[in-house]
Amino acid sequence: MQDQIFHLQYAMDTFYFLVCGALVMWMAAGFAMLEAGLVRSKNTTEILTKNVALYAISCIMYLVCGYAIMYGGDIFLSGIGLDGATDADALVSKVLTESAEAGFDGGSVYSNASDFFFQVVFVATAMSIVSGAVAERMKLWAFLLFAVVMTGLIYPLEGSWTWGGADVFGMFNLGEIGFSDFAGSGIVHMAGAAAALAGVLVLGARKGKYGPNGEVRAIPGANLPLATLGTFILWMGWFGFNGGSVLKLGDIASSNAVAVVFLNTNTAAAGGAIAAMILARILFGKADLTMLLNGALAGLVAITAGPDTPTALGATLIGAVGGLIVVLSILTLDKLKIDDPVGAISVHGTAGIWGLLAVPLTNDGATFYAQIIGALTIFVWVFFASLVTWLVIKAVIGVRVTEEEEYEGVDMSECGMEAYPEFSKS
Amino acid sequence: MKLITAIIKPFKLDDVREALSEIGVQGITVTEVKGFGRQKGHTELYRGAEYVVDFLPKVKIELAIAEAMTDQVVEAISTSANTGKIGDGKIFIVNLEQAVRIRTGETGEDAV
Repeated sequence: MQDQIFHLQYAMDTFYFLVCGALVMWMAAGFAMLEAGLVRSKNTTEILTKNVALYAISCIMYLVCGYAIMYGGDIFLSGIGLDGATDADALVSKVLTESAEAGFDGGSVYSNASDFFFQVVFVATAMSIVSGAVAERMKLWAFLLFAVVMTGLIYPLEGSWTWGGADVFGMFNLGEIGFSDFAGSGIVHMAGAAAALAGVLVLGARKGKYGPNGEVRAIPGANLPLATLGTFILWMGWFGFNGGSVLKLGDIASSNAVAVVFLNTNTAAAGGAIAAMILARILFGKADLTMLLNGALAGLVAITAGPDTPTALGATLIGAVGGLIVVLSILTLDKLKIDDPVGAISVHGTAGIWGLLAVPLTNDGATFYAQIIGALTIFVWVFFASLVTWLVIKAVIGVRVTEEEEYEGVDMSECGMEAYPEFSKS
Repeated sequence: MKLITAIIKPFKLDDVREALSEIGVQGITVTEVKGFGRQKGHTELYRGAEYVVDFLPKVKIELAIAEAMTDQVVEAISTSANTGKIGDGKIFIVNLEQAVRIRTGETGEDAV
């Protein structure tokens, strides 16, 4: 009887992991639509190409070596199918033994293959963040080369120090000092933003974005319905992102925690959207849809570091502060002439830092000291490793298209096809 | 005969068409156009950054009429297209030498 319950619990927790992984996979579509909506139509094909290619590269690189770097084990996922056991029967008895050790309401026991599937879609999320920030002016193949390094080394190493539990270059251990990042405000989102920031600094602003006297010029996105659809897809995918990070569904305490995480994730996004909309109305005089979209996403990023501990009201406020921060961050980056067409650095970086710092407000197990050390560790490593990678790519093949290609649109120069060939360019 | 060309705000087109129909104008030609006047376009904000719309959308109406109707037509357009705000547009009147109805070959005021 007990074994049968463990069979069911294993099945339920594995299935839950897989469904949440599929939800997070769908965030790739959200990023693709959001970015396609916020760039000009002449750069649509290229940004879609980047989004599909980076997802595929992330999956392959994490399979080749990323997962092994982050969590140990062998490269190419060898042996993952039977979780190290010799045959299927051995796997069953191994799982039953582990389940008995953990107890019915203890740690989660699930298929290792489902763990890989859930982890790999997080890598793709981190990489998707970079894509939007460097849009409309980067060479396609320079970006894809960076994706190989980011998903095969930079992110997995940083992940090994946090979720993997390894020491940071043998110096200190973030887990031991109490760093807490539930689903990855810092580990995934701020990491992606740090890589994006390094890329934007190497790449420079889009032509015409900043005037000679410091004026900031708007370059409106081509398709706000797509950007809105993308935001809603991300919002939905986030239930898998945060909900799945509970890691277990199969007992009362865990499934209640999952429900709380879903609730808090949703309400934080709503708080972020409303706060950003009101602030944009106050600052600009009108309701800026793109700020509203960024605000919802900033709310989601902010709650990701600790969706399990706040009350519903607390989660709403954490999201709302994220929504305020993202608007101010976008304006500040523009003043600094850091050109981010979709606001990715602000949404994932600035709101991600806020999310990490908000954890100790509701979680007694976390401290501001540990959160700051963790945030710095992730940022310094990802930013400088990315900077070096971008500079090497720049030296070898160059990172930026020519001025003429940028004017004509990277759809033609990089992909040789327009997204909307039946409409003339405006 | 006169050729009247009026540049008006797009949302006033229906009002102008009705006003012209009421005084017996038989046909007009409408074109969507863009341009600027003394107002020189206007600025909008996108993500906090200003962008200037240099050319504002307008509608151009052209109609050929008998000379006797000129004042009536100008009055009808001025009244129906007027909002009192900047950017209401302009009316230009030029002499029209000849008009031909292609189907019947009629010419002059019979053709307009």
